[in-house]
Amino acid sequence: MDIQLKRGLLDVCVLASIKSKDSYGYQIIKDMKPYIELSESTLYTILKRLETANMLTVRTAEHDGRLRKYYHITGAGLKRLEDFKGEWGEIMSIYRFIIREDNENE
Amino acid sequence: MNKQEFLAQLRCGLSGLPQEDIEERLVFYGEMIDDRMEEGVSETDAVSAIGEVSDVVSQILAETPLTRLVKEKIKPRRSPRPWEVLLIILGFPVWFPLLIAAFAVVLAIYIVVWSVIVSLWAVEVSLWAGVLCGIVSAAAFAIRGNGLTAVLMISVSLCCAGISVFLFFGCKAATKGILRLTKKAGLWVKSLFVGKETA
Repeated sequence: MDIQLKRGLLDVCVLASIKSKDSYGYQIIKDMKPYIELSESTLYTILKRLETANMLTVRTAEHDGRLRKYYHITGAGLKRLEDFKGEWGEIMSIYRFIIREDNENE
Repeated sequence: MNKQEFLAQLRCGLSGLPQEDIEERLVFYGEMIDDRMEEGVSETDAVSAIGEVSDVVSQILAETPLTRLVKEKIKPRRSPRPWEVLLIILGFPVWFPLLIAAFAVVLAIYIVVWSVIVSLWAVEVSLWAGVLCGIVSAAAFAIRGNGLTAVLMISVSLCCAGISVFLFFGCKAATKGILRLTKKAGLWVKSLFVGKETA
C-alpha cells in the first residue's frame, strides 16, 4: 500500500483497536495483524503521537507480577474515529471517480 | 540474544537521547518481549521478532528531531561553575565566529554539490538548444543552396540530441543520488549525537 495512505490509516486503526476496551502494545499489534502489518517501533511512534494529541491516555497496571501499559481512548480519540467515518465517505466518492473510466470501458 | 542483552544493546545505541526517552523505549520493548514470551514464544524468538538493534536504533533516530538531540547534548550534566560561565562569556568572540564559520562551511559544501547538479542540467538544456540551432541553421544553409553544410548541421544537431538523451539519465540519477545522500547525511549527523558514551 502507498506509504502516505498507510500512515494516515494507522492512527485511526490504533484508535479503533482500543475503542471498545483498553488494550496494550502487543495486543494492539495482534489485533491489527490480519489487516495491516505494524512494527513495534512504528506502534510506539503512533501511540506517542496520539497521546500528545490527547486522543488516548496511558496507565500502568500490574499484570502477572510485572508492569504493563494500558491505553485508553479519550473523547477526542472517539471524535477522531467519528470524523474518519465522515472522511471515508469522501474517499469512497473519490474512489468511484477513479474507477469510473474502468467501468466505462467495460 | 536474550532480552537483557537486547535491551542493553538498545540502551547503548540510544545513549545521547534524553534519558526519559530511553527509559520509555526500553520499557516498551521489554513489555513487548515479555508479552510474546507469555504466549509461549521462546525468549530468543521473542527478541528476534522485534528486529535488529541497529534497525530499531536508526528508525528511532530518523523519528527524533535533530534539535532534540542537540539540546540533550549541550544540556550540562550539572550546573556550570561560575568560572565556566565567565569563560563562556569571555570566549564568546572566539567560539561564536568559529561556530558561524563551521555552519558556513557545511552550507557551502551543500551549495557546491547542488551547483554541480545545476550545471549538469544546464549542459542538458544547452545540448537541446544545440539541436534546435542545428536544425534552424541546416534549413538556412539548405535554402542558400549550401547542401553539404546543411547535412553537417543536421548531423551536429543529431549528435547533440543523442548525447542529451544519455545525459538526461545521468542528470536524473545524479539528482536522485544527491537527494538520497542528503537524507543519509542527515541521519549521520544525528548518529554523531547518540551511541557514543557507553559504546
